[in-house]
Amino acid sequence: MPGRPSRAPAAAPIIAVAGALALWEVLTRTGMLPERYLPPMTETAQELSRLMGTSDFWSAVWNTMKGWALGLGIALVLAIPAGIAIGSSTLLYRSVRVFIEFLRPIPSVALIPLAVLIYGTGLDSKVFLAAFASFWPLLIQTLYGVRDVDPVATDTARAYGLGRLERLWRIKLPSAIPYIATGVRISSAVALILAVTAELVIGAAGLGREINLARSGGALENMYALIIATGAIGWMLNILTTRGEKRVLHWHPSQREMAR
Amino acid sequence: MSGRRRRFVGLGLEILVPIAVLALWALWSAGADSFYFPPLTEILDTFAETWLFERVGSDVLPSLARLGVGYAIAVAIAVAVGVPLGLSPAVRRGASPIVEFLRAIPPPALIPFGIVVIGVGDGYKVFTIAFVCIWPILLNTIDGITGIDPTMNDTTKVYGVRGVDRLRKVVLPAASPQIFAGMRTSLSLALILMVISEMVASSNGIGFFVLESQRSFAIPEMWSGILLLGLLGYLLNAAFLLVERRVLAWHRGARASAEGT
Repeated sequence: MPGRPSRAPAAAPIIAVAGALALWEVLTRTGMLPERYLPPMTETAQELSRLMGTSDFWSAVWNTMKGWALGLGIALVLAIPAGIAIGSSTLLYRSVRVFIEFLRPIPSVALIPLAVLIYGTGLDSKVFLAAFASFWPLLIQTLYGVRDVDPVATDTARAYGLGRLERLWRIKLPSAIPYIATGVRISSAVALILAVTAELVIGAAGLGREINLARSGGALENMYALIIATGAIGWMLNILTTRGEKRVLHWHPSQREMAR
Repeated sequence: MSGRRRRFVGLGLEILVPIAVLALWALWSAGADSFYFPPLTEILDTFAETWLFERVGSDVLPSLARLGVGYAIAVAIAVAVGVPLGLSPAVRRGASPIVEFLRAIPPPALIPFGIVVIGVGDGYKVFTIAFVCIWPILLNTIDGITGIDPTMNDTTKVYGVRGVDRLRKVVLPAASPQIFAGMRTSLSLALILMVISEMVASSNGIGFFVLESQRSFAIPEMWSGILLLGLLGYLLNAAFLLVERRVLAWHRGARASAEGT
């Protein structure tokens, strides 16, 4: 019945995952999926656990995470103040709107050649690409957040004689924070994608390069184990940012249990 | 009175500032004599030479075809899978860890997988584009369906509308605004994956051209390719908004009249 709280068994997710893994194993063992394309699940899992004991693997993870963290950090430092400044001034907003609308849809990967020319094939290129790509979602979110302030709140604050800075601190920022938090979540995923892309395409050190090396060397178990590890990192970052968002926004209606 | 003046100044800024910046760029690059940043006029000349219309058939059309096919496959699969997931809480809970995991894999990491399984032809590019574009549409389809107003669901049930009719007349229309939001996100992803897949392994396409130009230090050509990709992103987005406005006209109408009361 609609409206009834869903009571799917709590074990459903576990059963589904186990089922999918078993299906993978059966399909490859029986030869339905040729083994030269997809090694059996157990062998891939073994390879993954072997990898997790090697220092090469962890240094690749470290390199990828470094690209992600620096790129996202730079984007945060640049995009949030820029978004607040542009969002607070109508004239400034209108002057730069065309640029934002034009630059935003440009695929950041189109800049890979430029990044290689200017920054070489190392960490700098990776950070530049990650920062460029994650800058836009954050800027747009901050901008919309600051512009979406309830006019009644602003007018009230003005009537009570709050100055510009105080209005920014007490009214604009708190009401923009949900938008910014969403922006951080999107940008974090984007930064990881661009870090891996840079490793894959231009060969900067990290998981992306390892995956490509495994592919060209024909080490399939290795390649799949690395892909799974990359997915796991993306998943964990997603969980972390969602948790962080919940914690920062515990006061906000979207995060209250009742609202669900 | 000051309101009108402000609006006038705003409009002036919106038109004049971009022109001024472009002019500044042209002036600066003309005199800068930098290897990496050739004069704007030279980039534009190269752009006209390269893309109007010499390479349209050899690079632009293949690229756009891959993008179109991959995107269409993604939309079809995502909506077809999203509907049952959205309608049944049990199926949704079971599938959620798998969906969450597959979605979290950074898309470029799948390119080697595509190359190994499908080969370096068009197939793997289409596969990569489709695989990545599925997730935003799928998640939005699910959210759109689970977010259907309970009153509407109850009414549907009371009137005995079920099966295909319910799907066509209630579920899909009610979820369509969110499905379109997902499709818009996916469209820009499709363009990005098109470029990446062509940069990794290809013998034609815009991504291939841009990377080749950089490798052979044909800097104006590289810039012209970047410019083309920017234009493509902008135009695809604009075209999508037009389509969306048409298809969802009823929705905006309903919203506006609801707000008007």
